[in-house]
Amino acid sequence: MSNSPDSRPTSPIQYDDGIVKMFIGATMLWGVVGMLVGVILALQLAWWPANTGLPYLTFGRLRPLHTNAVIFAFAGNAMFTAIYYSMPRLLKAPMWSAALSKFHFWGWQAIIVSAAVTLPLGLTQGKEYAELIWPIDLAIAVVWVAFAINFFGTIQKRQVKHLYVAIWFYMSFVLTIPVLHIVNNLAIPATLTRSYPIYTGMTDALIQWWYGHNAVAFFLTTPFLGMMYYFLPKAADRPVFSYRLSIIHFWALVFLYIWAGPHHLLYSALPDWVQTTGMVFSVMLIAPSWGGMLNGLLTLRGAWDRVRQDPILKFYVVGVSFYGMSTFEGPMMSIRAVNGLAHYTNWVVGHVHSGTLGWNGMMTFGMIYWLVPRLWGRKMAKESWVGLHFWLATLGIILYIVSMWAAGITEGLMLRAIDENGLLMYGQFLDVVRTLDPFHWARFLGGSMFLTGICMMFVNVLLTVRGGGEAVSSAAPVPAK
Amino acid sequence: MSTHQEHWHRRMLEHRSTLFAVLTVAGISVGSLVEIVPMFAQSTEAEAAAANIEPYSALELAGRDIYLREGCYTCHSQMVRPMRAETLRYGEWSRAEEYTWDRPFQLGSRRIGPDLHRVGGKYPDAWHYEHMRDPRSMSTDSVMPNYPWLLDWSIDSADIGASMKAHQRAGTPYTDEQIADVATALQTEGQVIVDNLAERNITTTPDKEIVALIAYLQRLGTDRPSMAGGEK
Repeated sequence: MSNSPDSRPTSPIQYDDGIVKMFIGATMLWGVVGMLVGVILALQLAWWPANTGLPYLTFGRLRPLHTNAVIFAFAGNAMFTAIYYSMPRLLKAPMWSAALSKFHFWGWQAIIVSAAVTLPLGLTQGKEYAELIWPIDLAIAVVWVAFAINFFGTIQKRQVKHLYVAIWFYMSFVLTIPVLHIVNNLAIPATLTRSYPIYTGMTDALIQWWYGHNAVAFFLTTPFLGMMYYFLPKAADRPVFSYRLSIIHFWALVFLYIWAGPHHLLYSALPDWVQTTGMVFSVMLIAPSWGGMLNGLLTLRGAWDRVRQDPILKFYVVGVSFYGMSTFEGPMMSIRAVNGLAHYTNWVVGHVHSGTLGWNGMMTFGMIYWLVPRLWGRKMAKESWVGLHFWLATLGIILYIVSMWAAGITEGLMLRAIDENGLLMYGQFLDVVRTLDPFHWARFLGGSMFLTGICMMFVNVLLTVRGGGEAVSSAAPVPAK
Repeated sequence: MSTHQEHWHRRMLEHRSTLFAVLTVAGISVGSLVEIVPMFAQSTEAEAAAANIEPYSALELAGRDIYLREGCYTCHSQMVRPMRAETLRYGEWSRAEEYTWDRPFQLGSRRIGPDLHRVGGKYPDAWHYEHMRDPRSMSTDSVMPNYPWLLDWSIDSADIGASMKAHQRAGTPYTDEQIADVATALQTEGQVIVDNLAERNITTTPDKEIVALIAYLQRLGTDRPSMAGGEK
């Protein structure tokens, strides 16, 4: 059972590739900004004077800027790049409205800029991953509705009957994100910049983590699976391994993921049955997650020799492998006994970054290196840098997550250690803080390597766009297969 | 390829975008409703009332707004888990009703520094004052930033009145009188802390942000007297 993304011959449809180019630029720009802030945060933990003494640049204010920038700006723009490029080609129809596409682009960038201004000023809702203040939340809802209209409008006027797998995953993203966003952000405004949730205490906590974990699911996972289902077969020039597997793992993911939020609140005052439900569904998630990973990796069957030479395929292989790794690690960390050790520690930070740097980052880089020569009709200006970027990123991630594993398990064990008299072995929390110092430096180094890689990509793309690379062909700039 | 066209699921689903969208929304709705709806059925407000857990005072609420603004939750949790090592280190494990008036919740997800749910009453006011000015003066090798501006910046009673009003609209039982008298309340509550600090030769005024933050930190986890304070 196999299926290639768009097997029909290309008809003379005018695709709006200008919008795709804009989203690529935004992806790279915000990627550099968001990861630079991340590296500054890493430095602040290793060397506190990096907090600079300015209120605007303390860890507590910059950390939300980092998470919002890399999730909603970097990964968000990457998703939109994938959707605006692949969707019209899969449906054989240009986007429903070019004006709405533009509105979506500029609206989203305006939201990001307003986030980058308000968060350092300390204007926040104080809910992790949902820090943005209520006027920005309203703007997000408006822009999302415009995007959704454009999205479903395009589906309605499609020239092919069948919706390809990638479209399903995009659809789950377009539909679920507004539900999560609106329900979690319902609040009573006190001033123009401050509001308080209509929920309190543990109810607020549950709704927040229902939102938070499903932002992982429907912002960082399903749309990236859609990206994988389009770009990986393209880059490998192979059909998707199994259509039936993609059906099963899609519906399983959509149904199961939404239950997993309470694993962020194990051992809390949340009712036990909700905690257990969250844990059980998190463990079950390993099956559909690995279904997606295997479908991606097995699509490369018969193309493994090319992985050795083609840096784009290397990005995809490592990206999909990290998806498999972190969707194994996540369910394990959701088991109460493991969570008891891992929760509150750097292990969680490492887990998140194996997903974001390893899966979202590598998939995005692979997509951009595949798209740029096709959109601008030239080879990459510095082709050797692509391979260098791959190795810097891969080794950077490994250094990052290994140091965080070591740090997380160390602090988890130290904080629970009890001596033969029944007393804490490390009664001073500072004992842990001192022990973590070398790990924090190692993480800073790993993050810096990853940042260097994306900066190289940014420069490389800029040089290419400015005519630095050899022209691919004089024909249409999109040699679509 | 062509034989696939006839498969029932293609005809029924993958060719029909509206039905596909509806089923996707149905898929995400089941778990959402099952987990979330019961939370509204078992509100902790009655338990909070039984345990005499009052909403935050005006000054505590002002301190909480500062706690939110500075993103304290990025490094400190407010959730003591029911484990031997945690109750030894921090004090009694956290109960749901203690969070009843928390909008938003501040359980946190990371302990770069220690948990704060039982920090109330653990240190004198002067300790917090010095610790916020320069954490290393109280905790050698701490990686926490200095917060000297909290010692200079002032709170605004109109602003805190607006916060209380919004909390009231959301369902927190503040009375209209409490909101009208916010300036007096802030002055009275703040003066207690200012006097405490004066005993340690620290001079400040009741309108400083540090005073509000101390009020909030000293309230944390003290609602049930038997639970306050850990061994350390």
